Amino acid sequence: MTDTKPALSSAPKAQGVPERNPSLSSAKRAKGVIERVMNIIFFVCGVASVLCVAAITIYMVVSGLPAIREVGLWDFLTGTVWAPTAETPQFGILPMILTTILGTFGAIVVGAPLGLFTAVFICYLAPKKSQAFLTSAVELLAGIPSVIYGLVGITVLSPLVAKTFDLPSGASLFTSIIVLAIMILPTIVSVTITSLRAVPQEYYDGSLALGATSMTSIFKMNIRAAKSGIITGIVLGIGRAIGETMAIIMVSGNVVNMPNLFGSVRFLTTGIVSEMSYAAGLHREALFSIGLILFIFIFAINLILTGILKKGAKQ
Amino acid sequence: MTVNTAARSAAVAARRPRSLTETRFRPMDLILKCLCILAGAVTIAMVAGLIGYILATGLPNVTWEFLTTEESALNRTYGILPNIINTLYTIVITLVVAAPLGVGGAIYLNEYAKKGRLTKIIEFTTEALAGIPSIIYGLFGMMVFNNTFGFGYSIISGCLTLSIMVLPTIIRTTQEALRTVPVGYREGAAGLGASKWHTIRTILIPCCKGGIITSLILSIGRIVGESAALIFTAGIAANLPTNWLTHAGSSGATFAVQLYQYADQGRNDVSFAIAAVLVILVLAINLLARLCSGRKKA
Repeated sequence: MTDTKPALSSAPKAQGVPERNPSLSSAKRAKGVIERVMNIIFFVCGVASVLCVAAITIYMVVSGLPAIREVGLWDFLTGTVWAPTAETPQFGILPMILTTILGTFGAIVVGAPLGLFTAVFICYLAPKKSQAFLTSAVELLAGIPSVIYGLVGITVLSPLVAKTFDLPSGASLFTSIIVLAIMILPTIVSVTITSLRAVPQEYYDGSLALGATSMTSIFKMNIRAAKSGIITGIVLGIGRAIGETMAIIMVSGNVVNMPNLFGSVRFLTTGIVSEMSYAAGLHREALFSIGLILFIFIFAINLILTGILKKGAKQ
Repeated sequence: MTVNTAARSAAVAARRPRSLTETRFRPMDLILKCLCILAGAVTIAMVAGLIGYILATGLPNVTWEFLTTEESALNRTYGILPNIINTLYTIVITLVVAAPLGVGGAIYLNEYAKKGRLTKIIEFTTEALAGIPSIIYGLFGMMVFNNTFGFGYSIISGCLTLSIMVLPTIIRTTQEALRTVPVGYREGAAGLGASKWHTIRTILIPCCKGGIITSLILSIGRIVGESAALIFTAGIAANLPTNWLTHAGSSGATFAVQLYQYADQGRNDVSFAIAAVLVILVLAINLLARLCSGRKKA
């Protein structure tokens, strides 16, 4: 539509039809040029994110592959020993992969029910006037920088865990799971609230009219109707938990061990940060490979998310 | 049974409260209700506890000297003035790069693009950008801006990295604002002979001002709190600028990065002081964003 407009207006000029006001026609032509230039500029802005994603993907793959090729994909993924600076360096990241998977899983197990119930509380049980305030209070959690979670985790939560479970150190997978669960809470709560609000009021009213109690209606009608939204929230939470770095680098203990709930562990993300400052050569390349594995994880989750959203849109 | 049904229909007919159905005690209902209230209480207590604890522990250490000097090993004093300056540099440069790109992208998606494959790809990649963890941005920024472009550890590398990171925030919030502008405005402008760019410049952007500002404020929130993406790109230096123009080319740690440095060294008192400053900033940013988006609605 934009392309045809300037062309149409300039068509009579080309045929030599006399213009009554020459300055007007030149202004028109200039306008057409500006139109076209702006069109191009906006197009470039529009595809900027595509270019960025493409560049990130290419760079991650190109920089991540050399070490994987050298170590061997199978050894890299399933090796259990991470000794990059040893005499015969070994690069096995299975402990980190398992820690990331278990840590994320744990965070969801703790965070998802807590988030779901909190969302129901805010949506249906809390006094109407306080709903907006409570929602923004929960969303505030999302705004708090992750280093602060790490700081509070190491100074408050970690000693608490050590004391409660009688451990020498509270820096463990368990502490990381709790920190991650708190961090994904705002995502789950706000997405769930949004989807619960989108459920037509008639569903709830109809359920009440059929004789169901308020709680039964909420849990059997509204939550089922909002299912795809709730799952979206949980998947977004998974994405956040997998990618979280600075909060858990301080509370996980940062030793490459096979995951143990109360033992010191290292995640994929923290593995990169803790060694990047001094790594060189193959060691450094291996850290980029960890980045690539992490990137693949995140992309898989994004694809799942798009799938869910598409399914939800169809319904 | 029949009596019950009759009574219920009578109740519905009379539009009376459903008192008859509530006579039966349902333990599951009570349990669920208790769980919900408990979860709500735990969450709210956590928010209040977290913020209260940080402010209570950190604020006593936030003095005027702390905010207006640099760290001095000689006098054994801490100061975060360099970090304040670095953070300001980072915010300004990042927004200068990201705001036009993001707003432009949103305008392209909403006003120019036809529904089709490209739009879908752009929307998918925008989602993807929002989902990429900051550590990946850090790695990417380090490879591209520090090494390939040769900027080294510098504020400018950090800013370029962050501008990709905040792009989805700006695009999405601006798009939402653009959608609230009635189609009639565009049709009216077209009917009066306004060109597309003229419509965007004089009608759409002024209408979306609140939304655009909200998106920028939200981006500032992300920039202020970011650490993983900056630690490998902008580095960890904390020096006062010697030359205000070239300062962006040198390494500089923002609040959050500095906080990580101190926390890593176990200097908790300073860490909490910075944390308190950060939390106050985040609260202020949240409030501002709310005010801006609220004004847009009104």
